[in-house]
Amino acid sequence: MKIVGLSGSVVGSKTRTVMNYTIDKFKEKYPDEDISLIDLADYDVQISDGRNYLDYTGDTGYVAKELMGADVIIIGTPIFQASIPGALKNIFDLLPVQAFQDKVVSIIVTAGSTKHFLTVEQHLKPILGYMKATIVQTYVFIEEKDFYQKEITNVDVQFRIERLVEDTIDVTHAFQKIREEKDDKYDF
Amino acid sequence: MEKYRINPNQGLEFGLYTLGDHMTDPNTNKRISAEQRLKEIIRLAQLAEQAGIDFFSVGESHQDYFATQAHSVVLGAIAQATEKIKIASSSTIISTLDPVRVYEDFATIDLISGGRAEIIAGRASRVGVFELLGYDLRDYEELYEEKLDLLLQLNENEVVNWQGEFRAPLKDARVLPRPKEGSMPIWRAVGGPPASAIKAGYAGVPMFLAMLGGPAQSFKTSIDAYREAARSGGHDPAQLPIATAGFFYAAETTQQAQREMYPYINEGMKLSNGRGFPKQHFAQGADPRDVMNIGSPQEIVEKILYQHEMFGHQRYIGQMDFGGVPFENLERNIEYIGNEILPQVRKYTAKK
Repeated sequence: MKIVGLSGSVVGSKTRTVMNYTIDKFKEKYPDEDISLIDLADYDVQISDGRNYLDYTGDTGYVAKELMGADVIIIGTPIFQASIPGALKNIFDLLPVQAFQDKVVSIIVTAGSTKHFLTVEQHLKPILGYMKATIVQTYVFIEEKDFYQKEITNVDVQFRIERLVEDTIDVTHAFQKIREEKDDKYDF
Repeated sequence: MEKYRINPNQGLEFGLYTLGDHMTDPNTNKRISAEQRLKEIIRLAQLAEQAGIDFFSVGESHQDYFATQAHSVVLGAIAQATEKIKIASSSTIISTLDPVRVYEDFATIDLISGGRAEIIAGRASRVGVFELLGYDLRDYEELYEEKLDLLLQLNENEVVNWQGEFRAPLKDARVLPRPKEGSMPIWRAVGGPPASAIKAGYAGVPMFLAMLGGPAQSFKTSIDAYREAARSGGHDPAQLPIATAGFFYAAETTQQAQREMYPYINEGMKLSNGRGFPKQHFAQGADPRDVMNIGSPQEIVEKILYQHEMFGHQRYIGQMDFGGVPFENLERNIEYIGNEILPQVRKYTAKK
C-alpha cells in the first residue's frame, strides 16, 4: 500500500508539524507500508495549464505522479481566507477528473479560528467527492492553541490523529476488499 | 455525399483505425519493436482491404508508447500497399502542423493511392506536442480553428490568399499537387461535449465523432446539435457525412471478447492516460445501449445497427489494436468482420 501525506501549503509551519507527526504515527503503526510526505513548500509546482498530468516535468510532474500512484492520501491543509490554500487547489487542478477513484483520502486541518470548522465540509469535500475519492468522514481540526513551539501540545489532538491514522488504514482495507470481491465477480 | 466519396445507398461504411500505440502486451510482458509494429499496421490495412473493409486510418500521437508520430509517412506506405480501401489520418493534429505542408502530404497520398485519401483534423487530447513542436498551449483553441480553416480553404481553392495569426500570410499561393479529384474529404475530429460538434456543423464540415464508451443516447446529443448547427449555417445536413469511432473487439462470445480485451484496454489506458479502465465501466460496456463494440459478432452487429438507427451516420470506425493486442488476434478479428459482421451490417443498412 502506498501512502502519501500532502502538506498543502507553502506558508507557515503548523500543517507541516501536524503532517510530520501523522506520518510518524503511520510509520510506527504500519512499518511495512510505503509511506512518504510531500510538503508543497519543498517543491516548485507550476500552475496547472490544463495538460495531462503525465506531460508535466520537474517538481510538478513528480508531485502529480506521486499522488496518482498512491492508494492513500492524507491531506493536511490550513484554512486561508475561509478556504483551502491556492497551492492545494492547484494540485487538484493538475490531476485528471476522477483522479481519486479507488483511493482513500483523509483530512487534517489547521486553522486560526473555529469559525472555519465547516470549510472542509463545504469546500474541500465537494472537490474530493467530484474527483471520486473515498473520504474518511471524520477529519481532525486543529487550532492555534493546540501548538507550542512547533509541537502538538494538546493530547486530545494527538489521540484524534492516532484514530484518524487507524481509521484511514481500516477504510482502505475495507474498500480494497469490496473492490476485489466486486472485480472477482466479473468474467474478465 | 459525393464530395466526400460516400454513397449512402451502399449502407453504413465500416472502417478500422489505429492510434499507432506501441505498448507491451500485458499477457506476455513483451513489446515488439517499433519496426515490427509499423509493418504490422501496414499489413493490417492490407488484410482489412482483403476482407472488404471500407476504410483504414492512422493517428498521430507524440508521446511515449506510440510509433506513428509521422503518420502521413505510414499512410504513404499503406497507399502503396493497398488498392481500394479508403485511407486517412485519425487524427492529424492540425493545431501544431502547417496546413500547407499537411495538404501537400495528403494530396500526394491521394495521388499515390488513386484518390483514396482523406484528412481527419483534430486538436490533440494529450498536449505534450505543443511544447515538442514549439507552440503555446494557451493558443489551443485559436490554433485549431485558424489552421483547420486554412486547411479547408486550401482544399477548396487552388490559389489561396490568406492571412492569420499563427502562420505567415499566403499571397496568391498555389498549393500543389492537387488531389486526384481536385479536392479531398476533410473531417473535423470531435470528442467530448457538443461545443466542437456545433462548430463542425456550422462550418459545414463532416464530423468524425470519437466515443470510447457510454450510452449511445449521450452521443446522439452531439449528433443532433451538429445537424442543427449545419442547418443554421446554411448547409444541408443530408449532404454532410458523420463518422463515429470507438473500441471494437470481437470473439466467439461476448464474455470471451471481454476477457481477451480488458487487459489491453486497462493497461493501455494506464500507459497513455495514467489511469486504468474500471472493470465496472467495462462491464457496462456490454449493454446493447452502450457504444463500446466489444462482444460476439452477432452482438456487435446488433449494436452497430442500433447506433445506426439512432445516429443515421454514414461510417463506423473501430479501434481494436489498442494496448499491445497481438497480431494474430487482430487477424482473427478481421475474419469476424469480413465473414460475419460486414455482410449483416450491409444487408440491413444498404438501400435496395
